[in-house]
Amino acid sequence: MSKIHVTTQVNGDAVEFLCEPDETLLDVLRDRLNLTGAKEGCGTGDCGACSVTLNGRLVASCLVLGAEVAGSAIETVEGVGTADALHPIQQHLLDHAALQCGICTPGIIVAAKALLVQNPDPSEGEVRYWLAGNLCRCTGYDKIIRAVLSAAAEMRGENA
Amino acid sequence: MKQDFKILGTRPARPDGLDKVTGKAMFGADKSVTGMLHARILRSPHAHAEIVSIDTSKAEALAGVKAVITGDDFADVESRWTRYTMQNCMAQGRALYDGHAVAAVAAISKTVAAKALKLIEVEYSVLPHVTDVDEAMAPGAPVLHEGVKARKLGDDVSGNTVGYYSFGHGNPETGFAEADEVIERTFKTAAVHQGYIEPHSCLADLGGDGRGELWCSTQGHYMVREVCSEILGIDASQLRVTASEIGGGFGGKTTVFIEPVALKLSQKAGKPVKLVMSREEVFRASGPTMSSSIDVKIGMSKAGKIKGAHAKLRYQGGAFPYQMVMMGAMSAFAAYDLEHVQAEGWDVMTNRPKMISYRAPGAPMAVYAVESVMDELCQKLGLDPIDTRLLNAAREGTKSSYGPTFKAIGLVEALEAAKAHPHYSAPLAPNTGRGVSCGFWFNFGGQVSVSMAINADGTVSLIEGNPDIGGSRASISMMAAEALGIEYDRIRTIVGDTASVGFSDVTDGSRVTFAVGIATINAAKAAIKEMCKRAAKIWEIDAEAVEWVDGAAQPTGHNAGDFPPMSLAEIAAISGKTGGPIAGHHEGAPDKAGVSFGVHMVDVEVDPETGFTSIKRYTAFQDVGKAIHPAYVEGQIQGGAVQGIGWALNEEYIYGEDGLLQNPGFLDYRIPVASDLPMIEPVIIEVPNPGHPYGVRGCGETAIVPPLAAVANGVAQAMGVRMFELPMSPPKILKAL
Repeated sequence: MSKIHVTTQVNGDAVEFLCEPDETLLDVLRDRLNLTGAKEGCGTGDCGACSVTLNGRLVASCLVLGAEVAGSAIETVEGVGTADALHPIQQHLLDHAALQCGICTPGIIVAAKALLVQNPDPSEGEVRYWLAGNLCRCTGYDKIIRAVLSAAAEMRGENA
Repeated sequence: MKQDFKILGTRPARPDGLDKVTGKAMFGADKSVTGMLHARILRSPHAHAEIVSIDTSKAEALAGVKAVITGDDFADVESRWTRYTMQNCMAQGRALYDGHAVAAVAAISKTVAAKALKLIEVEYSVLPHVTDVDEAMAPGAPVLHEGVKARKLGDDVSGNTVGYYSFGHGNPETGFAEADEVIERTFKTAAVHQGYIEPHSCLADLGGDGRGELWCSTQGHYMVREVCSEILGIDASQLRVTASEIGGGFGGKTTVFIEPVALKLSQKAGKPVKLVMSREEVFRASGPTMSSSIDVKIGMSKAGKIKGAHAKLRYQGGAFPYQMVMMGAMSAFAAYDLEHVQAEGWDVMTNRPKMISYRAPGAPMAVYAVESVMDELCQKLGLDPIDTRLLNAAREGTKSSYGPTFKAIGLVEALEAAKAHPHYSAPLAPNTGRGVSCGFWFNFGGQVSVSMAINADGTVSLIEGNPDIGGSRASISMMAAEALGIEYDRIRTIVGDTASVGFSDVTDGSRVTFAVGIATINAAKAAIKEMCKRAAKIWEIDAEAVEWVDGAAQPTGHNAGDFPPMSLAEIAAISGKTGGPIAGHHEGAPDKAGVSFGVHMVDVEVDPETGFTSIKRYTAFQDVGKAIHPAYVEGQIQGGAVQGIGWALNEEYIYGEDGLLQNPGFLDYRIPVASDLPMIEPVIIEVPNPGHPYGVRGCGETAIVPPLAAVANGVAQAMGVRMFELPMSPPKILKAL
């Protein structure tokens, strides 16, 4: 079984890799590109810890094959912000103490960013339903929801 | 006790925060090394079977396979408790539950490892199995291990009954005779999993010379070192264990499941081995907590005074002997000041995965049963649930139902806060009920080591030995800053590996902030003493004539005012010329952890069409002694409450007649998601713990105890019918309606 050669873009950078036909995008990101921010919590698309965007669309990278992403634009948590220039969602998660163990945090950040791109002014209920696919076992979600709502407000220029 | 704080009570950013929001933090599965192999484990498809033979020759012959192991590769060990742990990691002779490990391979890729698993031929001879606690305890049940039945038990229980405990005082029968109303009920609760999002993962490298490195996701890397070195037959000093960032544990990472397997494979292959569980493996072969069958009988006077109380707790803890029902028996009636009380408990083995702690292990189900009967008595006698609990509440000086006399505790304060809260008087909508429950957890102390270096630039490097599962690096840095009198961000706390600081017990029992806190304060005292000595040397006065005030040494007594104060930074800068590096360390085993009580209040709505229960409002009151970082304390309370809600409404291990687990995945084992919940309002109560210099009590576990009964009591009120089984999933509610 020979490997497949794929050329694509991750976090704005052109990348190429060889992968097995049955290898997931999550495995490619973690094992071949050393981007370990996306996590595998279940491998079946139930937990959201591996959330990334693929051409702007939120996906569970454990359910996408590496071979499928040729010529795409992928964004992972590593592309959302840097230590010097955090995205408002990252900053508000820190400010609200909205993470404990932090394993779900990369997926939450990517998912919340995707929400705010298409809905800059979500209600609490809309945030809760959008993030229903991102499991968090530590926080009970309260502080995460508050952080996303207040990041959204800042991004709208309301409490900057 | 110190009351006036500069740092405690503030909410600085956690030191691990930036790495966690940028994807940089290294969890168990995030580390790789050049030349490493990938391992996979073959698991039993039977609930109980004799392993007649295992043929690994075809797997070994597959190109790219570097090592295959079975139970035969592990030599026997001296301690029977270590043997149980080892045999849980890899079956020897018999497979004891669906998912029990029977063989493992290490290969050059995940793909090759997966192929190799399919080439291992195992011949099983299927044996009778039992998964229900009452069936397993009944005479005639298939017995998991012979010769481990608890002493003192008769022929009325099977050999699976490995523990019996009884706590209490007085005579409950006397109390029942004096009561106006006596209610006795039987409850069942399902086994639930800790549900951490990060599966167990490790990277092991053990050379032929017995020297090894192990990186793993654990709540206690010293525990991992002790257990693994015993199983592998190597010296503890030769195995260096480093704890990764941990993606949730909740008690589930207080033992080993895969680490000895990875080490053995590495030893055999002569290469580093990475082993990561799949989610299905996490459900089938790690965790879960106990399921239970419980009888509770309480007698009450018309005025609401509890006259007598008796509980019988039967817990199943899976395929090996274990000791945990004791915690349930001690917790059951801890909230109340009782004259006649007894709580008995039986630990029972079944063909299920070996249990491990889950947040306040053993307490939630016991308290669920007791608080449900309390609620029913209040309803029957027309009493207010909070007033009735206040009337019976344990307070300072109460002889607890499990023996010790309570020191300062905050149950009355929590109940009074609950009664005064607007939530309690808010109107209720149709099909909605309001439930209340108390909860209790002991909190632990235990062995701890802290080492603190005062750096020449005026900063402080602190090493401790407890993995940070809830923000403890922040709280430890805050206590160090408070004790030294310097700013929080001048301190960096790291969790050292097993070669860098002394032994530390597992991160469990809500012990870290308490115990590591005490060690940190004592280490700071030692460093301060040395800094005062250095200042005295510079000033040429007696060391006793120097005191430490607001982060600086200053002359005192008849030398007061003779010299300007010298700050920590000033003393540190010239430490090389005054005697060398300055450090403080402390090793100890503090034991005055201070118990904690909580009171939860919840409004639930039950949909009569679908049986679906939604949480409409939730308020949680908890005595935490002193909240060092209030936002992280709130997070503990909120997180615990939601885990308890999941236990009450959705989560359960479902076994078929075949003894196989039917729902080993997050789709069918449903933990609460964001859309299931409202905001969870935490109310922090601070009744200082006299056993800690800053008044700290553990706060992490208590919050999972009250939700089960609070939700159940709300559901009973909303439906007009009481359920006696958890979870109260929609099909069960519809059936009850």
